[in-house]
Amino acid sequence: MANDNVQMWTELNIDLKSHDMLLNALGPIFQEVYLSQKNRPAGMGFYDFVVGDIHGIRVKELREHAKNGGKVVATYCLFVPEELVWAADAIPVGLCAGTQFSIPMAEEVLPRNTCALIKSSFGFRLGRVCPYVQASHLIVGETTCDGKKKMFELLNQYQPVYVMEVPNKKTERSRQLWHGEVLAFKDVIEKLTGNKITAEKLGQAIDLVNARRLALQRLYNLRKNRPVPISGKDALLATQVSFYDDAKRDTQMLNALCDELDKRVAAGQGVAPAKAPRILISGSPMAIPNWKLHHIIESAGAMVVCEESCTGTRLFSDLVKPTRPNLDEQLKAIADRYMNIHCACFTPNDERPDDVVRLAKEYQADGVIHYNLQFCHTYANEAYKMEKRLEKEGIPLLRIETDYSDEDAGQLRTRIEAFLEMIKK
Amino acid sequence: MISAGLDVGSRTIKMVTFDTIVRDSIVVETGANPLRRSQELMSGRDYERLVVTGYGRHLIAPTLQGEVISEIRAFAVGARYLYPDCGTVIDIGGQDCKVILLSDNGEVQKFEMNDRCAAGTGKFLEIMANTLEVKIDELGKLAISATNTIRINSLCTVFAESEVVSLIARGERPGDIALGLHDAIATRITTMARRVGIKERVVFAGGAALNQCLNRLVGDKLNIEMTVPREPQIVGAIGAALLATKILSNNSESKIKK
Repeated sequence: MANDNVQMWTELNIDLKSHDMLLNALGPIFQEVYLSQKNRPAGMGFYDFVVGDIHGIRVKELREHAKNGGKVVATYCLFVPEELVWAADAIPVGLCAGTQFSIPMAEEVLPRNTCALIKSSFGFRLGRVCPYVQASHLIVGETTCDGKKKMFELLNQYQPVYVMEVPNKKTERSRQLWHGEVLAFKDVIEKLTGNKITAEKLGQAIDLVNARRLALQRLYNLRKNRPVPISGKDALLATQVSFYDDAKRDTQMLNALCDELDKRVAAGQGVAPAKAPRILISGSPMAIPNWKLHHIIESAGAMVVCEESCTGTRLFSDLVKPTRPNLDEQLKAIADRYMNIHCACFTPNDERPDDVVRLAKEYQADGVIHYNLQFCHTYANEAYKMEKRLEKEGIPLLRIETDYSDEDAGQLRTRIEAFLEMIKK
Repeated sequence: MISAGLDVGSRTIKMVTFDTIVRDSIVVETGANPLRRSQELMSGRDYERLVVTGYGRHLIAPTLQGEVISEIRAFAVGARYLYPDCGTVIDIGGQDCKVILLSDNGEVQKFEMNDRCAAGTGKFLEIMANTLEVKIDELGKLAISATNTIRINSLCTVFAESEVVSLIARGERPGDIALGLHDAIATRITTMARRVGIKERVVFAGGAALNQCLNRLVGDKLNIEMTVPREPQIVGAIGAALLATKILSNNSESKIKK
């Protein structure tokens, strides 16, 4: 199988030498961060397998799909409505952008004071080390921040990129703009695939993605239990894998994992003692394999019980509302659902602190860690309002600004340990 | 019943033994092998329980069979012991600076700490002292003697160093440059303190508290008089030793806070 992979990567024009270094680096990190955890649910075996062959089997499936004339559409953001991609018999893949490895490559082109997520994703393409990027027929970007917006222009020199315009306000005019963007995206996908998106197809796609959202909701609801039945690291991994696995299989695997967790909860079993401090993380997304903050927190004896982020609740808390099998109604429902993501790209975005306060209560969080990537100005700015709001609610908050490198691990450990000492009852 | 506190910092290791009062205290350079240095420091000493804090805490504690505590809590506990009315601790150490607000019962209520970079830390002063060719403990005196503050625009240690080099090349007086550097750090720590909120009495701890110029500038900017303990470096080690006593006696913490 390994040789098959090498052949496939060669065909995808991967820089094999660099790519080997990337995969060789991932193994030991995964061992340390994941496999060394105690008392993991058996259902995580699937996710371990997926990471173990991270650039193999799933890429092969995408290649098979492409050989049969299907298209692969790569995305970086929750705002791109994946239902439209599925409905045209194309496969959406949420690209990873969570490693320091590809950042030096990106810095040959991008300004250094660009956030790690943007640099990492761009570096993957520039360095030809990500087979998912290489296997995709179209990359769909969006205007959720200036850094990304301008990066997509540069990325377009290497691979076809289409950018959706996400509005910055939540007014009626903005909603109309966004609705128009969703309609335009439908045309783009139809043109790319040569397939017409019908109401029947779109209805099926809505059900498919909603089912996965429901499975993720189920997983997160289980994390509300004390003791928590699954580590934050494992839940994060399951969420991260949802971005690029087949939606139907992913739903099955998530539900199987939840069946197991149901039993744990019924038996009062947890991965950590019931008294372990419970942490809610809120802020920037954590793209695979960015497990840095979770690892530091959980190594210090606390448990991450929820992520209010794009690799957390924002991914699944809202469903697309069911409609009659009518394209206009379906597209409106899709536009409405996506417009309701409480991203810091909006001004104002006061729903987000509301969400965090509500989630902190629902998940019995002892404290909130606000996490933003360095140079992510939208989340960094919202941290101030969040702090004031949580202070009013009496919920302890720690603000962390970091990136993917390990150079600040010592300082982070000190601050997180001090925060845990502070909130321990 | 003797307990020990060890504060393994980036520049120095501080050790305190304690029974009902501080029995002994010592400060040594950390060097390249903090584990060996700590072992040497503790060997032959008579104590029942050890608590380790500071950057090297996780490296040292398992070998010396100590408990681990963050330096933020250690400084809070130590400062409250020395000054029962302490409301805020400002600590500037070798590679970090922090502001800790205490609750009425002496617990950490809120804190801020620098992230990765050395801006505003002892390391910053040390590098600048090198550039100005004075010893670190003379830098403060040099600055106090200045007649004029030169504005240093960069707080990044790397950029500030090249800024200092160009100021020297321009013929500026070392004292004026030194004052500018102190002012830059004081501004940074003041911003951090305002963010946390200041409650008097403010105890200034860590090696940088020995620097009188810094003490004066921060105090002026915050419009308060800061309290500097006789040995500001060992406040964290005292806190660690007190927490070791607490573990030993298994009593409520309020008892050891005088």
